[in-house]
Amino acid sequence: MINLETPKKFQPLIGQAHTVAQEVLRPIARKYDVAEHERPKELDFLAAILNGMSDSGATSGAGAAGAGKGEDKPASGNGNGHAEGTRNGSNLSTALSIMEMCWGDVGLLLSIPGQGLGNSAIAAVATPEQLKEFGGRWAAMAITEPEAGSDSASIRTTAEYDEATDEYVLNGEKIYVTAGERAELVVVWASLDRSVGRAAIKSFIVERSNPGMKLDRLEHKLGIRASDTAAFILQDCRVPASALLGSPEVDVKKGFGGVMQTFDNTRPLVAAMAVGCAKACLDFTREALEEAGVAVDYDKPLLSQSAAAAKFLAMEAEYDAARLLTMQAAWMADNKKPNSVQASIAKAKAGRTGTDIAFGCIELCGALGVTETELLEKWARDVKILDIFEGTQQIQLLIIARQLLGRTSAQLK
Amino acid sequence: MTTVAERSMGIGLKALRQIAALEVIDRVGLRGPAERALYSVTKNGMGAAASAGRTFTIVRGSGKPERARPASPKGVFDLTPDEDQQMIVEAMKEFAAAELRPVALAADTACAAPAELLASASELGLATLGVPEELGGSAAERSAVTGVLVAEALAHGDLGLAVATLATSAVPTALGLWGDADQQATYLPAFTGDEVAVSALAILEPRPLFDPFVLETKARPADGGGYVLDGVKSLVARAADAELFLVAAELQDRGPALFLVPTSGGGVSVTAEPAMGVRAAATATVAFDGVVLPEAALLGGADQDVYAECIHRARLAWCAVAVGASQAALDYLVPYVNERVAFGEPIANRQAVAFTVSDIAIETAGMRLATWRAASRADAGKDFFREAAVARQLCVKHGAEIGSSAVQLLGGHGYTKEYPVERWYRDLRTAGVYEGALLV
Repeated sequence: MINLETPKKFQPLIGQAHTVAQEVLRPIARKYDVAEHERPKELDFLAAILNGMSDSGATSGAGAAGAGKGEDKPASGNGNGHAEGTRNGSNLSTALSIMEMCWGDVGLLLSIPGQGLGNSAIAAVATPEQLKEFGGRWAAMAITEPEAGSDSASIRTTAEYDEATDEYVLNGEKIYVTAGERAELVVVWASLDRSVGRAAIKSFIVERSNPGMKLDRLEHKLGIRASDTAAFILQDCRVPASALLGSPEVDVKKGFGGVMQTFDNTRPLVAAMAVGCAKACLDFTREALEEAGVAVDYDKPLLSQSAAAAKFLAMEAEYDAARLLTMQAAWMADNKKPNSVQASIAKAKAGRTGTDIAFGCIELCGALGVTETELLEKWARDVKILDIFEGTQQIQLLIIARQLLGRTSAQLK
Repeated sequence: MTTVAERSMGIGLKALRQIAALEVIDRVGLRGPAERALYSVTKNGMGAAASAGRTFTIVRGSGKPERARPASPKGVFDLTPDEDQQMIVEAMKEFAAAELRPVALAADTACAAPAELLASASELGLATLGVPEELGGSAAERSAVTGVLVAEALAHGDLGLAVATLATSAVPTALGLWGDADQQATYLPAFTGDEVAVSALAILEPRPLFDPFVLETKARPADGGGYVLDGVKSLVARAADAELFLVAAELQDRGPALFLVPTSGGGVSVTAEPAMGVRAAATATVAFDGVVLPEAALLGGADQDVYAECIHRARLAWCAVAVGASQAALDYLVPYVNERVAFGEPIANRQAVAFTVSDIAIETAGMRLATWRAASRADAGKDFFREAAVARQLCVKHGAEIGSSAVQLLGGHGYTKEYPVERWYRDLRTAGVYEGALLV
């Protein structure tokens, strides 16, 4: 039965995430925006609480680690003899709690130990043995290189198998690794054979302490300054053969499948981050407008209201669309429906809507929108990354178009 | 201005002239269906003139009105229509593809839907989709979700014809939702029997910045009971054929309210008002000139919540047809941009083209989810006005953009009547200004 309300069983989790966002993240949001690169130590104790939250509910996860191939039971049968019901699982619960946490602070969410996007990669493609070994640990994701951003198929980092030691030897340079400095593990994308192209690209779990992976620098950024963004040099970095995620076979037909399927799980989560940040902007602005005597009327046509109220309602509508599309993509992942298109639709819509809303709210709030005495200006800086990482707006549009139109990447460049 | 009966006679002849003059029908091979439509339209015009003015004798009901029960979702996020909904949507999709799309151009030109199409629609039971089972309808549970799914499926065939086939269901749906027992007993048999009455929900008025909560159509208490209704309504669907109107009017000292107005009582005149879009719905201006109404004409007792609910439900129905037409545009564009070659390769290979297709897919998906959410809240008995306002904003803004983008991607082709996209351009822009006419 069609129902787009937030699932009842996730309400406690969402409530907790909102409380954490309000009581823990918001109060220190400005502090770590100013003190870029300083480790937010308040989050260590938060990680312990969040782990407790995850353990208490079979399907609950407050950070990126929760998404993946959850095996929850269907939530309801349809009562007509059909066994399959719909499932509300960890992809949806994770997306919903990320929205709440990012209402608090995006940069801090990305810095909560154990909640990295690398964890989603592991959850999506790891073997049971790998899950056991790496599952509970904080993992960052290293894809981008100085010469390969969105075109991740052309990465130059190599992985050579050393039969003598049953190890892979990684060489190359990785940049823009979110939480790379602080995480315990880094999931590194590298090519087994650069002559084969994308099919040879595999992901490897590298211990952060591996002496072959040296921290080169931390970036200074426009926003999400609480989150460290690291650059690494991999020089004869040796990892055991068991560190390769998924299959070591280079299957030219299957191509990129293994590593790319991670994105079907992580893109809805990044969309959720944008949705949460946009909600923070809207809540702040609604309050500011109400203090100024402007209230939105949901009965009256837009043109019968003040320009400010009309603009607010228009932004709220786009916000709702982004939120529902994000829930749809996560719901599809929970129900094992192929969701590549919807994941990219959610990411594209939420990414651009987040930035549009932040800027629109600044317009409505004026000086309050840009002053550092409030957080709105910070959210407007933070939110921009969400239209860039895990695939830019333009990459999402390419993915959607290629799939809808049946064009290959060689045809639709 | 003429009376309802005179106006109905005229439609057939006008349709004849317009369709006969339409050379494009020959070129695109529509002559067969168009001629059938033409024949039916003429027949319809004459027939309606004879039957217009059914008298509704006030019947006493059992005292307690029947209501469809609220839906009870299990608290699970779910985008799967239930089995009944899946079946009806499949049927409507087939009906839309086989019966609506082929005659859409002819109906658009004629400003009328083929009578046989309307007859098929009424055989399908569209008029009573929202009427409780106890009253001869097909709704066991509240049916806003079913309503938007059906409207979306039909509008995928053609938005104008979807409005033409669904408009008459607005009044019975309203009677199911808000009618008292007497009103249900008096009016619903006209929709559940063999000869399904044509009716119309008239809210929109012809002026800029129209606000359905600030009406210039006025109802004042009549001496000795009842009301007197005066005002003008715009773009009323199938008004010339209608035997019963549900009219929004400002009730003196009580705010906007809904009135059941049979044409048989006189004082109602209809003037054809062809518009840029939604032409197949035979839109007309309807003037109410000192129409005397009994007490029982007031639907929902001038309750302001009922009135607001009616406005929002109407907006949701318009959202649904906008979603259907937007999806139709997307489905049409995909093969077109793949096949159309420029500079030696399909234009689909160009980002400027492909990204526009992506944007249409993104916004259509968002429009659909927002519409479904508001409808499902309505069915569950939850407050849904904010959600309906959000859905409307999305569908008005992006629907119009999608219509425009579709024409743009076809270029010169898109501007001609040989392709359906110019019609979607007009229909989607027009849909954005509507209030009333449809109801879920």
